[in-house]
Amino acid sequence: MTPPAPDRTRFHRITLDAPDDFDGWRDAARRLLAADVPPERVSWQVAGAESDLFGADDASLPPATGAPVTVGKDFISLARTAICHRDPERFGLLYAMLWRLKGDRAALQDRADPLVTRLRAMEKEVRRDAHKMHAFVRFREVEEEDGVRMVAWFEPDNHIVRREAGFFMRRFTNMRWSILTPDLSIHWDGETLTTSPGATRRDAPDGDPVEETWKAYYKSIFNPARVKVKAMTAEMPRKYWKNMPETAAIGELLAGAQAREAAMIEKSRSEAEPPPPPSNAQAAWEALRHDIQTCRRCDLYCDATQPVFGEGPLSPRLFIVGEQPGDQEDLAGRPFVGPAGALLDEAMAEAGIERDRCYVTNAVKHFKFVQRGKRRIHQTPTVGEIKACNWWLEQERALVRPPLVVALGASAARALMGKAVTISKVREEGIILPDGSECRVTVHPSYLLRLPDEGARRDERARFVEDLRRAAQRADALAA
Amino acid sequence: MARLDTQQKLEILADAAKYDASCASSGSSRRDSRGGKGMGSTEGMGICHAYAPDGRCISLLKILLTNSCIFDCHYCINRKSSNVRRARFTAQEVVQLTLNFYKRNYIEGLFLSSGIIGSSNYTMEQLVEVARSLREDHDFRGYIHLKTIPDADPELVRQAGLHADRVSINVELPTRSGLRKLAPEKDDKRIEGAMKDMKSSIVDARDARRKYRSAPRFAPGGQSTQMIVGADDANDGAIVTRARTLYDRFGLRRVYYSAFSPIPEPSAVLPLTRPPLMREHRLYQSDWLMRFYGFTPKEVVATTDDKGMLPLDIDPKLAFALKFREQFPVDVNRATREQLLRVPGLGTKAVGRILASRRFRSLRLDDIARLTVSLKKVRPFIVTADWRPTLLTDRANLKALLMPAPAQLDLFAPPPANAA
Repeated sequence: MTPPAPDRTRFHRITLDAPDDFDGWRDAARRLLAADVPPERVSWQVAGAESDLFGADDASLPPATGAPVTVGKDFISLARTAICHRDPERFGLLYAMLWRLKGDRAALQDRADPLVTRLRAMEKEVRRDAHKMHAFVRFREVEEEDGVRMVAWFEPDNHIVRREAGFFMRRFTNMRWSILTPDLSIHWDGETLTTSPGATRRDAPDGDPVEETWKAYYKSIFNPARVKVKAMTAEMPRKYWKNMPETAAIGELLAGAQAREAAMIEKSRSEAEPPPPPSNAQAAWEALRHDIQTCRRCDLYCDATQPVFGEGPLSPRLFIVGEQPGDQEDLAGRPFVGPAGALLDEAMAEAGIERDRCYVTNAVKHFKFVQRGKRRIHQTPTVGEIKACNWWLEQERALVRPPLVVALGASAARALMGKAVTISKVREEGIILPDGSECRVTVHPSYLLRLPDEGARRDERARFVEDLRRAAQRADALAA
Repeated sequence: MARLDTQQKLEILADAAKYDASCASSGSSRRDSRGGKGMGSTEGMGICHAYAPDGRCISLLKILLTNSCIFDCHYCINRKSSNVRRARFTAQEVVQLTLNFYKRNYIEGLFLSSGIIGSSNYTMEQLVEVARSLREDHDFRGYIHLKTIPDADPELVRQAGLHADRVSINVELPTRSGLRKLAPEKDDKRIEGAMKDMKSSIVDARDARRKYRSAPRFAPGGQSTQMIVGADDANDGAIVTRARTLYDRFGLRRVYYSAFSPIPEPSAVLPLTRPPLMREHRLYQSDWLMRFYGFTPKEVVATTDDKGMLPLDIDPKLAFALKFREQFPVDVNRATREQLLRVPGLGTKAVGRILASRRFRSLRLDDIARLTVSLKKVRPFIVTADWRPTLLTDRANLKALLMPAPAQLDLFAPPPANAA
C-alpha cells in the first residue's frame, strides 16, 4: 500500500492534553512527519486553553506508519525540557526543529542558528526555573489525622511541576509532602505520587514553628561588612521572595548594615573600650622583628648593617619614637645605645622614668649616612623613607597600643602625624594622632648634643627633661 | 548567666561562622534517600537555597559547634582574647537543627566547624560525632562538610572523611610570615602536612573504589581550603601563585578567598577597614583563569601592577589581552580552543559553541552575537568572516572603551580603605 499523497495545503490543528504533554506532542509530531506536513501548516494548542477560531480538531492525520524518523538523544532531551516552557510557540518551534532534523541530522549542533539558539534558551530557562524550584520550595509542617505532612506553596514560571516531582521524591522519600502551585499540585505519601488541580495560596499553611529559627539563622549568617544586593537579587529574584519566610528580614538587615559596620569600626577605634591586648602579642612582635630583617621597602637597607627594631615591654609606661639608628645603633642592632641614647637615659633618670619600662623605637629602622673617610656621617631621612618605614612603626604601635606616644624630633613627629610638624608650636600641648591617641613632641637628644653654646645646652636639656616628666605624668593619668 | 536556648546559641554560633566563605554543596557522589530510612540527596549540582544580602549563597547550615577557642589568631572573631559572647552546641542539638532545616528544604546539608576546646582531639571527636549521628542514627544522605583540625589524631580525621562529603583545612593566610604574625599558634608545616595526608587518603579511597565497589567512600567531594585576603600584606601575585601551588600539591577542589572584614572586637594588629570586595572578586576571576582557561600563574601575575596587585577596574582576562595585544585578534573560524579561551568575553561555554557551530558555517559577527553575552567586549579581539578590527586592537584608549561605565558613589557608604 502506498501512503496517500501528502496534502501540503491543508491546515492541521493539534490539541495536547497538558501544557507539558511531551508524549502527546511526540505522537502528533510523528504522525505529522509521516504525513509530510510542513511546520507552517500546523497549529498547536493545549486542552482547556483552546483559542477556537478554526473549528474542530483535525482528525484526518493518518497514524504514523513505517519506520519512525530517528533523531539524536540530544533532541529528545532538549524537547522534553523545552516543552515545559511557558512560551505558547514551543510546540511549533520544536516541530520546526524536528522538521529540519529530518533533512539534516546534525542541525542541532549548529549553535549559531537562530532556531537552535531560541530552543536552547528556552531549555536553559526551564532548567533555571527547575533549579530555583529545588532551591526555593519551603515546606511547612501540617498535622493530619494519620501523621505529619509537609506542605509547600510555590509559583513556578513554567510548567515544571510534574517534571521536578522526581527530585523531591528522591530527596524526601520517607516523608509525606505536597507541593501546591497555581496550575498543578503534587502529593507524595511515601510510595506513590498523585496530582491534583492547581491550588491557591490560601490552601497552603501559613506558618511553621521552625521558621523563626531559620530567620534567626538567616540574619546571623549575613555579614554586614559586605553588602552586595545585586549579587543577591541576580540569584534570588524578588519574584520568589513572597514565598520564602527568611526574605522578610532583608529590608531590616540592609537598613542596619552600614550602621552596624560603622559601629564595629567606631567601637574598635574608641578609647572607651579598648580590646584587651592579644595574649600572644609577644609572638606577633617577634614575628614582626623577624620580618624586618629582610625589609626592602626603601633603599636604605643596601648600606646599613642591619635594621634596628624597637625594644622594650609590650605594655610600657611610655612609647618613645626617635628618628633613626645612628652609627653605634647600626652596629649593635639596638635603639638608643650611642651618645644620644646615653643622654636620653640620663634625662629619663632625672625625670623619674625607668628605661626598662619604656618601649623605644625609631621612625626609620635603617641607618642613613654618607661615608667621610673612616666616619659615617648621619643623614636626615627623606619623606619617602619615613613613609616607607611607617609600615613597621604602625604595626609596632598597633601591637603595643600606647595611649600616649612621645616623638623625639621632627622626623618622628612626621612619621606619626603623616605630615610636617613644627616642634616649637606643638611642644606645649601635644597633638592628637589620627587614630585618636595622644602624642607629645619634644626635641631629639642629638639636637642637645649639637648645640655649641654651653648655656643654651643646659637650658634646653632642662626643658627636655621637663617634657619627658610631663609626658610620663600624662601617660600615667591615661593609664589609670 | 542564664542558659541559652537553641535559637540564641544558633544566633551566636552562626554569627561566628559567617566569616568562612565556603558554602559549596557540589561535586559529591550522587545518592538519594530511596531505599533508606532517612532523607536527603545529592545530585551532583549544588543548590543554593537562599542568598543573604551580602551576596553569598546559603546552601548549608554553616555553624560552629562552639566559638570558644584556646587559640588567639588575630584575624578571628573567636580568638581567645576576644570579648564575644560564647556558646556551645551539643552534638544532638546540631543534629536536630540540621534535620529540622533539611526537611523544610531550607538547606542542602551541614557545614560544621569549631573553635578548639580542650584539645584538638577532643574537638575533632565532637565534630565527628555529629556527622556520625546524622549518617548512622538518622540515615541522613544530604551534604556534610567538616572542617578538620590539623593537629587532630589521623584516625579521627579518617572517620571525618568517611562520614563527610567534603573536608577542609584552612591555610588561613597566604604567607608564612603572615601566619606567624597573626596566628602564632598555627604552623604552616602542620597545616600542609594535614592537607597532604588528606590528599593521599582521598586518592587511596578512590583507587579502592575503582577495584572494589564495596570499599568505603572517603570525602567524595574532595578537600578545600580558605585564605584570608587583606589581613596581611601579601599581594595578589603572591596569593595567586600560592593558590596554584595548593591546587597542584594537594589536589584541592577549591581555594576560597575571603576578604578580611572588620570584625567586632578586632585585634590590635589588624587593619580596621576592609580591603575592597572587588579585590576578592578579581582573585576568584584569576582563580578561574588558571583552572578553566589554561592560564599559568605566571601569566596571571603578568597582569598585576608594580605592587603585584590585580587591576580593580577591569577583569584580569581583559587586562591580559590589553597587555599582550600581539596575541590578538584571534580568528574565530580558525583559532584553537586554547586561543579562543584567551579572548576577553568568551567563556568556556561560548568557546564550545563556537567550535561546534563553525563546522557548519563560516562564523560572522551576527553568529558570534548569538553565541556570546556581549559582542562589544569581544569585538576588538576577534576576526570573523565579515569583521576585522584593523586599528581597534591597537588603539591606545581601548581600555577606556571596554571599561564598565562609572557608577555613582554612595554618599553614605562606609569610608574607603585609606581613611583609617
